[in-house]
Amino acid sequence: MPTAQIEKKPRKTSGSPYPLWFFLPAGVIYGVLFLVPTFASLYFSLTRWNLFNSTFIGFENFLSFVQEPFLIKGLINTVIFAVSTALLKTIIGLALGILLTSNIRMRGLLRTIAFFPILVSTIGIGITFAVMMHPTRGIINVSLELIGIDGPGWLTDPTLALYSVAFVEVWRGVGLASVIFIAGLVSIPRDYYEAARIDGATKWQQFKRITLPLVQPATATVMILSFVYGLRSFELIWTMTKGGPGFSSDVIASVIYKQYQAGFYGLSTAGNVILFILIAVMVMPLVAYFNRREVDL
Amino acid sequence: MTIRLNKLLLGTTAAGLIATAAAAETELTFLVDVAPDTIAVFEAIIDAFEAQNPDITVEIETRPSGGEGDNIVKTRLATGEMTDVFLYNTGSLFQAINPENFLVPITDQPYADNIIDSFLQTVTAGENVYGVPTSTAMGGGIFYNIPIYEQLGLEVPTSWEAFMANNQAIKDAGMVAVAQTYRDTWTSQLFVLSDYYNIQADVPDFAELYTMNEAKIATTPAALRGFEKLQEVYEGGFLNEDFGAATFDDGLRMLANGEAAHYPMLTFAVGAIQATYPERLNDVGFFAQPGDDADNNGLTVWMPSGLYIPQSSENQEEAHKFLAFVASVEACDIQTATIGAQGPYLIKGCTLPDEVPPAVADLLPYFQDGGQTAPALEFLSPIKGPALEQITVEVGSGIRNALDGAELYDNDVRKQAQQLGLPNW
Amino acid sequence: MKQLRPAILGCITLVVFCVIFVVPFFFIALQAVKDRQGSSLLNFSWPSETQLWQNLVDVVQARDYQLLLAYFNSTVITVFSVTGLVIFAAMVGYVLQRRPSKWNKYVNFAVLAGLMIPPAVVPTIWLLQQIGLFKTIHGMILIEIAYNLSFSILLYRAFIATVPRDLDEAARIDGAKPLQLFFRVILPLLKPVTVTNIVVQSIAIFNDFTNPLYYLPGKDNVTVQLTLYNFQSQFSTQYHLLFMNILLVTIPPLIVFIFFNKQIVEGMTAGAVKG
Repeated sequence: MPTAQIEKKPRKTSGSPYPLWFFLPAGVIYGVLFLVPTFASLYFSLTRWNLFNSTFIGFENFLSFVQEPFLIKGLINTVIFAVSTALLKTIIGLALGILLTSNIRMRGLLRTIAFFPILVSTIGIGITFAVMMHPTRGIINVSLELIGIDGPGWLTDPTLALYSVAFVEVWRGVGLASVIFIAGLVSIPRDYYEAARIDGATKWQQFKRITLPLVQPATATVMILSFVYGLRSFELIWTMTKGGPGFSSDVIASVIYKQYQAGFYGLSTAGNVILFILIAVMVMPLVAYFNRREVDL
Repeated sequence: MTIRLNKLLLGTTAAGLIATAAAAETELTFLVDVAPDTIAVFEAIIDAFEAQNPDITVEIETRPSGGEGDNIVKTRLATGEMTDVFLYNTGSLFQAINPENFLVPITDQPYADNIIDSFLQTVTAGENVYGVPTSTAMGGGIFYNIPIYEQLGLEVPTSWEAFMANNQAIKDAGMVAVAQTYRDTWTSQLFVLSDYYNIQADVPDFAELYTMNEAKIATTPAALRGFEKLQEVYEGGFLNEDFGAATFDDGLRMLANGEAAHYPMLTFAVGAIQATYPERLNDVGFFAQPGDDADNNGLTVWMPSGLYIPQSSENQEEAHKFLAFVASVEACDIQTATIGAQGPYLIKGCTLPDEVPPAVADLLPYFQDGGQTAPALEFLSPIKGPALEQITVEVGSGIRNALDGAELYDNDVRKQAQQLGLPNW
Repeated sequence: MKQLRPAILGCITLVVFCVIFVVPFFFIALQAVKDRQGSSLLNFSWPSETQLWQNLVDVVQARDYQLLLAYFNSTVITVFSVTGLVIFAAMVGYVLQRRPSKWNKYVNFAVLAGLMIPPAVVPTIWLLQQIGLFKTIHGMILIEIAYNLSFSILLYRAFIATVPRDLDEAARIDGAKPLQLFFRVILPLLKPVTVTNIVVQSIAIFNDFTNPLYYLPGKDNVTVQLTLYNFQSQFSTQYHLLFMNILLVTIPPLIVFIFFNKQIVEGMTAGAVKG
């Protein structure tokens, strides 16, 4: 089993082949255009702000946001959406990655097809799927009817809408996940599999002992990215259901957007801060977990 | 036209980064939302305006409509990046963009005298008037399919009871009585908003009390009726099967083709029917949303968007010229020629052609007889809660009952009132 | 028998993939050739007569050939911001992975924060105005770089770990300076992940809707996703033109993908040999 070389020996700062100023170009752009406005918005989250003028009102926005009637529901929906899409993207992405790096015919074509959904903008996908999920005329229910099933209202049934959107999100994102997995999978040296085969290891053993541990960085990347993306996700939900019917597929990001749309800028900024804290609380442990695993390897 | 084409060529070849203002010419920038009708009308008006003012060109820039568009307008006003002229709502949304700080008053301009008073009220803030009407007044009520009415021998209802009886008769005949289109959530609000004439008939000062936080929808029986009507229509089983997924376009199609008998909507929809189903235009009629009292039947009226000049404009003189042109009889005639007559104009002296579509012909009497119209609540009170369309979708789909919905909405408007800094909230 | 299995597996997969991934595109293409009434039904029926060319012309000509200008603007933004992203992110990911320093935890935190914090729109606009970058293409490029850095850094950091350190040492012994080491030795070895970065980021930026909407207003600054709004509004949607427009703005990402698709495969074989 190969192990990543972790250099323990301390290095001298001067003349390092890895100069710290390499951080600089990215750091300046990021700091000025992202961090500065973010800190400014922390102040605005404590004000009643209509863009034209702002009145300092302390934590009232946070109170008011927490009292939003559908916040709890939005919170639960956010977690359901993020967890289910992240898990499915990881599992299906890995499966597709293995399939598309295996000795399969038409590999190039298949890779191209799986990546297709990424090419279309979220808005385009949202419009298309909303139409295909139409309860009476949509292709999905029309097809189901052919085999005698009475399809549900995918986006109009309040208990189902969120899951339908999650499905589309997985459809959209799985191509990217599998590309990341493919890049990870091909960097695993073939010799290991050869050696394992000679030792008589089954396919499953090879998968468990070689593939899974060595593709770990890709797994971490896919999982963290899709989880964070899922927590922040908004565009697809907005184009497909607008958080509806009623409030049934609202997530925190859509609640925030609605406050923003209504012109409650202070309130929506406060919601942003809350969302950030929430994401940090949920993602940090995941990141720490993967970092530990990486060192263990 | 050639000028614009040249500009485009230059723009695409020379990196699009180069500003290309021609020498002795003023270019007015103009932000509008993307409804195709709006753009068609303005393109025609601009062509005529440019013909009369060869030294001015007007460049249309588009923005999304709805809430996204509201944000664009607010952001650009606040950051001083607004175009020279822009199109925006009147009434409560107009109040929310802080007109006194950002817009140029037109009170003393001669063309302001051409505008009918009922419109002026909706673009007045403090002492001053700020906007010019861009289209006709609209009614909010119920469109109906004339062939279905003839086939079943129905009469246009003047009371809610009669309306529901018609619905029952249509349902019994195996047809869809009411089209609802909740995929476009905004369309779910019509039964509630178009009921304002009936609220005002019962509680004449409701808007004032409501703004002062002294009357609530849930506790004012007349105001609650709108929500109840929405619930009754759902519970009667009158809706099209796919009401949750249908769009505004579907609603118009069902109405025009006789797939549904009624569709509650604003009368600007006549323009969309004309564009998509011109051969069915004569099959569509209109009536005001009936109240419980058949003897007091009237229409809730909406005002069109206005044209405004932001204080940040550097071409205010030319902008006034353009507004003056839009506020002229000539501009009304251009609009009629481009998309047809849709309702009464708000510019003095503008007339409608003798031949108008039946829905418009049904609309006009409410205005002529006097005393039979009331402005929609959003033109009388600055408060309109942002979640109304979600709540009306819930009430209209049986997820929530009328009283619950009204209470939730009363709660929703609180934030709006606080944001506007209204007293007593 | 041994030869047959991959072929059968390939065929089955192809059929499944077609149903799952291709049908929606077929749907888009189908709507794009209908007329307005036919497309407003939004079903799968074959149109009685197709009007592909007419719709194409209508979409391209709409608003004074706005689509062409949009193609141009979006391409400029995409090319420059992706170039910046690849270089800057690879530099950060490289040093971050190679050199343990007290800065690392701050950089890591900043990377995560960049992924997690939703950008604050209005303060950003004010800032851009202050430094004269609002409503400019280069301002937009910098914004795209700032917002997408985290994702790219994360990708690079993960894969720089797979590049053996021996190579750095060998190059240093040959007398390579840090910049030479990075650009001549490391960056070429990162080709697979760079290709992934280019493909993913260029598509995301080309398809970006919200950011240009806020930071790049102005008729001459239109980007491709904004053209979709020419045909849909709150009140009326011309679906046939909308879907034609979706189809047309999907072509550039498709070209990028087809072009780099080969590179992905090449880069991957290189990666496999290297291992």
